Amino acid sequence: MKKLIMIISMAICLTLLNAVFPDGNELLKKIDDNMLSKTMKATYTMTVQTKRATRTMVSVNWSQGTEKGFSEYTAPAREKGTKMLKDGDNLWIYDPNTDRIIQISGNMLKQSVMGSDLSYEDFMEETTMQESYSALVTGEEIYQERDCWVLMLAAKKPDISYQTIKVFVDKERFLPLYEERYAKSGKLLKTTQVQEVMQVKDRWYPKQMLYKDALKEGKGTLFTIDKIEFDVKIPAYIFTKASLKK
Amino acid sequence: MFKFLIKGLLRDRSRSIFPILVVIVGVLITVYFVAFMNGFVESMIKQNANLDTGHVKVVTRAYAEVISQKPFDLSLLDITDDMQQWKTRYPQLEWAPRITFGALLDVPDSTGSTLVQGEVAGMAVDLFSSSKEIKRLRLTKALRKGSLPAKSGQVLVSEALFDKLNLKLGQRVTLISSTVFGAMTLRDFEISGTVTFGVQALDRGGVIADISDVRRMLDMQDGASEILGYFTNADYKDKTARNLALDFNKTYSDSTDEYSPIMLTLSQQNDLGAMLNLFDSSLAITLFIFVGLMSIVLWNSGLMNGIRRYGEFGVRLAMGEQKKHLYRWLVMEAAVIGFFGTVIGTGLGLLISMYLQVYGFDMSAYTQNSTLLYDNVIYAHITPSCYYIGFIPGLLAVIAGAMLSGISIYKRKTSQLFKELET
Repeated sequence: MKKLIMIISMAICLTLLNAVFPDGNELLKKIDDNMLSKTMKATYTMTVQTKRATRTMVSVNWSQGTEKGFSEYTAPAREKGTKMLKDGDNLWIYDPNTDRIIQISGNMLKQSVMGSDLSYEDFMEETTMQESYSALVTGEEIYQERDCWVLMLAAKKPDISYQTIKVFVDKERFLPLYEERYAKSGKLLKTTQVQEVMQVKDRWYPKQMLYKDALKEGKGTLFTIDKIEFDVKIPAYIFTKASLKK
Repeated sequence: MFKFLIKGLLRDRSRSIFPILVVIVGVLITVYFVAFMNGFVESMIKQNANLDTGHVKVVTRAYAEVISQKPFDLSLLDITDDMQQWKTRYPQLEWAPRITFGALLDVPDSTGSTLVQGEVAGMAVDLFSSSKEIKRLRLTKALRKGSLPAKSGQVLVSEALFDKLNLKLGQRVTLISSTVFGAMTLRDFEISGTVTFGVQALDRGGVIADISDVRRMLDMQDGASEILGYFTNADYKDKTARNLALDFNKTYSDSTDEYSPIMLTLSQQNDLGAMLNLFDSSLAITLFIFVGLMSIVLWNSGLMNGIRRYGEFGVRLAMGEQKKHLYRWLVMEAAVIGFFGTVIGTGLGLLISMYLQVYGFDMSAYTQNSTLLYDNVIYAHITPSCYYIGFIPGLLAVIAGAMLSGISIYKRKTSQLFKELET
């Protein structure tokens, strides 16, 4: 009898929850629609704030969906000319000092990109949020004076780096403003805070984000989008290994 | 009296031959053990100091906390001015900045793509501005193929790594690592030669490069993960080192700044302090055991001798010789045996030790999986203590044995003497 009461109570709670909160997976689709584009070209400034020093790097980036990406570092002098190519499951890095193209694989994927709080694995995410996670809206929060839904994302596959993600999503702009990424064990691995947003045509996009690797000391990596264009025409050669040495 | 005593010992050899043999063997082992341990400890101190610990070592406080991981991202940076101050304040020390780092050694094929990769433990030392580091690491002796790096961009690799990755002399390889700030970094090097240190812990996969190349690679200009200090007289004295470290840390170390320098002595690293204490006590323990064991053997031998000389003692007592005089006589006999046994045992022990001081003892078969830094060939070292240390077990044991077995003299009853002699 007790069990029956519990099941009925849970069913009522879930029904009420669904009635109050939107469907998590639909929300995820709206986030994907806002954040993803067919192609994109952007200039980023990445400021890595370690305990000992702050270093700023500038890169020009091209991407095609979530499958292909190409980055070229233009500053500072030490990093200038370093290029990265992502094509599906493969990631290559070109080092101008050695004129070598090295494929990043295995444990190397867990290494930090240019000393930042992002790993190569973070760059390798090649599926949409909808494809990777199932979502449940668990509440509401006000974050940076914006009304947000609180989403709990659960990975659909065991090989996804972050098995659980807690996201605060802007209710109107469908823009994730804050994320906590957890390992399978429940350990917090990374946080992302959007500090500034911008409107590009009809979509809202982060202008400045702070990535923080919870396992690293330091103040995190500030990621600023200086310039961004969506759905631009990108020559096909950009996403080839030959372009790394050009 | 001594002449008479020695005559007795020489004429009745069954009285002296067994005890003297026991003393010779015991003293020989003791002298050899002391000389071998001296050599082993000295080799360990020298090898550890030269390869890893220095007589003292300066690192950041944060690095010191996890020193076994050798985290070069916690290295000392911008050290030139600091080192200048240290040189002035501590003229008795020579300084050697080093960087230890982990990397992937990537071998390209003809198209520049990865052919084979292997994990390496890198060590960056000053190869060009002075030859001291080359001497400390005995690189000239350790060189197996090719030559030492003669210019920037050249590296030495361990013979084992060279064979494992099928490398060639003059071949260009890329070292892939992280900079001190955590960014991936690549640098091309040319293999100038191969080395074998004779130390398993280092021979598994080592790469040695000049510190200036590695500083550029790891983005740590003017930095070092460890700065090793060596006493100019090359002699490590733990107390002196500890006092120096105390002064250094009081002057230059700031407990609130995790990147401020801190000095560690050799004995404060790699559990070497505990090991040195252990070796010190092992010598005392060994001497104690030898004295104990030899005393028991000689006690037994004394008793046997006592039975054999039962009649002699009885007659001497009957002739009016006092028991205490007979007892002292036996002890003196033992002392003479002990003295000569010790002299012969020490001589033989020194001879064996001298042989091992020149030719050494190859321990490589016993150190396959060792991570300790010591030579695979251990050379004995004869110190002044080797000349007198044998007298402790040699005399003590033989006298103790005689004193124990001689007690039976006091139990002897002269009233039963003739009855005994009749039988």
